[in-house]
Amino acid sequence: MPNAINIALIPLLPLAGFLLLGLFGKKVFKNSAGIIGTLILLISAGLAIYTAYGYFFDYGKVNDVYQKLIPLKYTWLEFSKDVSIDMGIILDPISAMMIVVVTFVSLMVHVYSLGYMKDEERYSTYYAYLSLFTFSMLGLVLSSNIFQIYIFWELVGVSSFLLIGFYYDRPSAVAASKKAFIVTRFADLGFLIGILVLSFYSGTLDFNTLIQKLTSPESSELKTAVASSFLGVSALTWGLALVFIGGAGKSAMFPLHIWLPDAMEGPTPVSALIHAATMVVAGVYLVARLFPVFALSAPDALSIVANVGAISALFAAIIACTQTDIKRVLAYSTMSQIGYMMFALGVSKYGGEDGLGYTASMFHLFTHAMFKALLFLGAGAVIHYVHSNDMKDMGGLRKHLPITHITFLLACLSIAGFPLLAGFFSKEEILLAAYQHNAIIYWIALITSGLTAFYMFRLYFSIFWNSPSPRGESRGEVHGEHHGEGGAAMMLPLLLLAVGAVFAGYIPFGHFVSSDGKALESEFHLSFSIAPVALGLIGILTAMWLYKNENEKPAKLAASLSGLYKSAYHKFYIDELYLFITKKVLFNLVARPAAWFDKTVVDGLVNFTGNTTQDISERIKSVQSGKVQQYAIYFLVSAVALALLFIYVWK
Amino acid sequence: MTQPGLYHLLFISAALFFIGVYGFLTRRNLITMLMSVELILNSVNLNFIAFNKYLWPHRLDGVFFTVFVIAIAAAEAAVAIAIIINLYRSHQSIDVENAEELKY
Repeated sequence: MPNAINIALIPLLPLAGFLLLGLFGKKVFKNSAGIIGTLILLISAGLAIYTAYGYFFDYGKVNDVYQKLIPLKYTWLEFSKDVSIDMGIILDPISAMMIVVVTFVSLMVHVYSLGYMKDEERYSTYYAYLSLFTFSMLGLVLSSNIFQIYIFWELVGVSSFLLIGFYYDRPSAVAASKKAFIVTRFADLGFLIGILVLSFYSGTLDFNTLIQKLTSPESSELKTAVASSFLGVSALTWGLALVFIGGAGKSAMFPLHIWLPDAMEGPTPVSALIHAATMVVAGVYLVARLFPVFALSAPDALSIVANVGAISALFAAIIACTQTDIKRVLAYSTMSQIGYMMFALGVSKYGGEDGLGYTASMFHLFTHAMFKALLFLGAGAVIHYVHSNDMKDMGGLRKHLPITHITFLLACLSIAGFPLLAGFFSKEEILLAAYQHNAIIYWIALITSGLTAFYMFRLYFSIFWNSPSPRGESRGEVHGEHHGEGGAAMMLPLLLLAVGAVFAGYIPFGHFVSSDGKALESEFHLSFSIAPVALGLIGILTAMWLYKNENEKPAKLAASLSGLYKSAYHKFYIDELYLFITKKVLFNLVARPAAWFDKTVVDGLVNFTGNTTQDISERIKSVQSGKVQQYAIYFLVSAVALALLFIYVWK
Repeated sequence: MTQPGLYHLLFISAALFFIGVYGFLTRRNLITMLMSVELILNSVNLNFIAFNKYLWPHRLDGVFFTVFVIAIAAAEAAVAIAIIINLYRSHQSIDVENAEELKY
């Protein structure tokens, strides 16, 4: 059986690290903060791998079905006998996989930051925040209670906010952190309402009980939830759709994606950890966690997931083709890949062969964490070298940054679905799942995979080939000698992640993670993968043709597609749309009248009271003159007056 | 010589009282003001004695009150003079109009 203390230590160690570094970092651990944080996380990662190994190969399987274990459960707030907010740990295939992913990527980022962030003023604060994030994310994936997951969900949001705004002296970073927080917070409102709806109908907050009550056809809770409807849609569908809004906000799904590209204002390792590999997949994880309810009881809600995922995947891929900031390209690529995971869940069914999408989604989550973290860390190394985020300042860097070049290439091939690399296997599975269940989504996915190959290689060729930009060249000469690629601390994570990006696909994922816990044999059809691979190759070759050497072709192409290019370059004006709605509509119609009411009526009442008091006191203050004899006269006159009153009036 | 009656005594008491009040309100010198207070106290004493003697000759309440008032007046005078001395030290004066800082 699992050892509850070991598992509890996985999130609690980073929490201890956060407290230690957050409270004493600035004075005591000014220079050793990075080492301490990394060592703590190393222990945590070791425990996570040990736990996952134990779960998958030792005690997790009973009768060939992976069980949902609750090694630890502590009733925290009890409302009634059945409804309580617990603090517990759930151990099932996806949480076991997630703790490994989170601790591994986080460890890589910790190590990488030793080099990348070493000259920062707020070095220890940075590590404290990283630890806080790791704690929250691990808490999130291990939550056994829907309210517990909500608590950690918000904690994750806070740490993301803190890290995006890490360079708080940059106005753009401050704006980005606010935007991220507000957008996700807005989505979390949906999540909260969804939680309340679900728990109201199921009468519990505990995941296992909730899933059980809302999926077994004879349960009375399910019948009420399906029967009661609001605006013609059943309450259950509403609840799940609202929960999905929360997930979509965190996972940057269309149309709540606007915060993710801006979140790239944070330090690059943070983007790798939070905004690519771990936090943004929380939404996928949430849908996967509630997947039985989605699939068995509310197919409508699941089709929302599928459609939103597919739209986001294509939409983000188109935008990614036009952006010039390398981190923004990667951000849109992340959004696109998460769209893949979402629609893979969306097209999936529960159990058996039809549950392929679920497995594929989790598989893609796993491989994506590897190659996307690698891409971001590689981009970090490039930015570190060039001191710019813009592709125009780069070019011809393959000789200056050999290790980064090779690892970045591997990651690009992996994400483009090049055969036999990690991304190939997971993407194949997703496409297969889509092909089996939804033709339109399959075509969208196919086009997206071609686009993915194109924009990733556009990035690759622009950075590492092409002709060196004057700026990049001079940088290289000026301090190419003494800072080079960034040292062992930065190269080691790249190499390790590259191993992951190449070989993670060979894990027989279906054996471990499937919708119903039974092993799923994933078949491999050679004929099926011809189309995506061919499209991927076309994408790569087009990118090579356009961007390998400096030429006029990209500009001409952009000019010939000017309408599409322009709108994609401006991210399809979604930001402007939001600004229009908030600034023009909401501010003018709601906020201004409210502000007027507050300023005139509410403040007016308070000011009136204050002013009147002041007025009166101004007038009567001369009574207290400081002259003793005057007081004596008051006293005497009052005494006489009282005497007269008592004698003549109140006899 | 006739013995003075109750009304005579009350008249003197009232006269003393108002002289005291007048002095208290008009005098600027703190010592004089203190003396005026003593006049007021003594007018009250006289009142007590007079009523005791003429209304309840067999009881001693009024006399006791008077003794108390005298004792307290002595204590009060000590405190007041201490205050006056301190005031003189800080203001170089015992004029009540020079001590007007404690106001709005």
